[in-house]
Amino acid sequence: MSVAKSQSNTMRSALVAAALGAATAGLLAAVVLPGFAQTTPQPAAGAIAIDNFTFTPQTLTVKAGTTVTWTNRDDIPHGIASDNNAFAKSKALDTDDSYSFTFTTPGTYKYFCYVHPHMTGTIVVEPNG
Amino acid sequence: MSESDRDDGPSRRKVLECMTWVGTGVLWTVAGGVPHSLGIMGEAAAAEAKGLTFLQISDSHVGFDKPANPNALGTLEEAIAKVNAQPQKPAFMIHTGDISHLSLDSQFDDADRIISQARLDVHYVPGEHDFLDADRKLYLQRYGRGTKGAGWYSFDANGVHFVGLVNVFDLKGGGMGDLGAKQLEWLEDDLKGRSASTPIVLFAHIPLWTIYPEWGWGTDDSAQALTYLKRFGSVTVLNGHIHQVMQKVEGNVTFHTARSTAFPQPAPGQGPSPGPMKVPDDQLRKMLGIANVTFKQNEQRLAIIDSPLKS
Repeated sequence: MSVAKSQSNTMRSALVAAALGAATAGLLAAVVLPGFAQTTPQPAAGAIAIDNFTFTPQTLTVKAGTTVTWTNRDDIPHGIASDNNAFAKSKALDTDDSYSFTFTTPGTYKYFCYVHPHMTGTIVVEPNG
Repeated sequence: MSESDRDDGPSRRKVLECMTWVGTGVLWTVAGGVPHSLGIMGEAAAAEAKGLTFLQISDSHVGFDKPANPNALGTLEEAIAKVNAQPQKPAFMIHTGDISHLSLDSQFDDADRIISQARLDVHYVPGEHDFLDADRKLYLQRYGRGTKGAGWYSFDANGVHFVGLVNVFDLKGGGMGDLGAKQLEWLEDDLKGRSASTPIVLFAHIPLWTIYPEWGWGTDDSAQALTYLKRFGSVTVLNGHIHQVMQKVEGNVTFHTARSTAFPQPAPGQGPSPGPMKVPDDQLRKMLGIANVTFKQNEQRLAIIDSPLKS
């Protein structure tokens, strides 16, 4: 499967992002604190929790270049898939597994859980600057 | 369409056709036994029904180890022990999906090792948890021989036509279970030309009737599938997925869902989500189990008896 590159656990993506952040802007806080990240120049991070078969927040708005990380807090696996294959599908996420994808192109990305497709969410990617 | 052909019950003609068939005698016991005809329902039932015996298990979720049941493999083993403890051996078993929890080779291996201890042919359909490997190929490699598409097929046993359907493949965002146009076309064709007196058993993982759409407990295009079954006098639909027993009778069709052997789930809307439900330890085995289905003589419908691991 071609999505292996974009698969990573939280720790790994945080480290990678942190390294990037330190190297480019030196803004470590932007990486560690997702809420702060959204209002900060890139690299930025956004977080979506999967809890009780629900994506929270349901709609996440980020700037282009943001890495969005989904983390499964349920006792059951979930999987992330784009409605129109606009971004790579995750592998099955067991409890506490995460999936990250960096959205570089502005637009509205609808996605769902391919294990439980009634679970849906949206990511709005705004132009940078 | 004549008055008697409406959905509220089979026509007299259909019932008579089915009775002709019932006269040959069929006993489904979904709890085990030998394919000789007697016993499990007691002397009276055994005297009037004989022939086919089969068993349904579902949702074994091998690999699940969360608080709702830290040892799902162990409870599957208990379910199979229950099968083996029956005085009679059924002709075969059906497994209505979610064999594994994460579609790992090791989980399928463990499931096969335990289920094979029943020494029965097993007819599988996949659950959504059986297509979680990246290439979605492990299920079909193991259980898909002789099947079409994502694993659908049919077979006949003692005059009963069994159809195994797949409604967990390539699901669409915002939807529920899905059969898809290709499978529906195949189903229509598969049923074409069969006598209306042939009892039909459809089995699939996600319920083929809408139980609770908020939790995705239904199949978007099941109504289309059911139109192909209208002319049959006896239709039984066996599903899993919701980890609890539910039954509905609609005209000639009996819908039934089986318990899981792994963990219970809440009744529709009775919990924050359809996820695994933690119950007190001494309650768990009352909420897991297998199902007995009996086709009694002089009755058009299958009588379904669900047996928990512990009563």
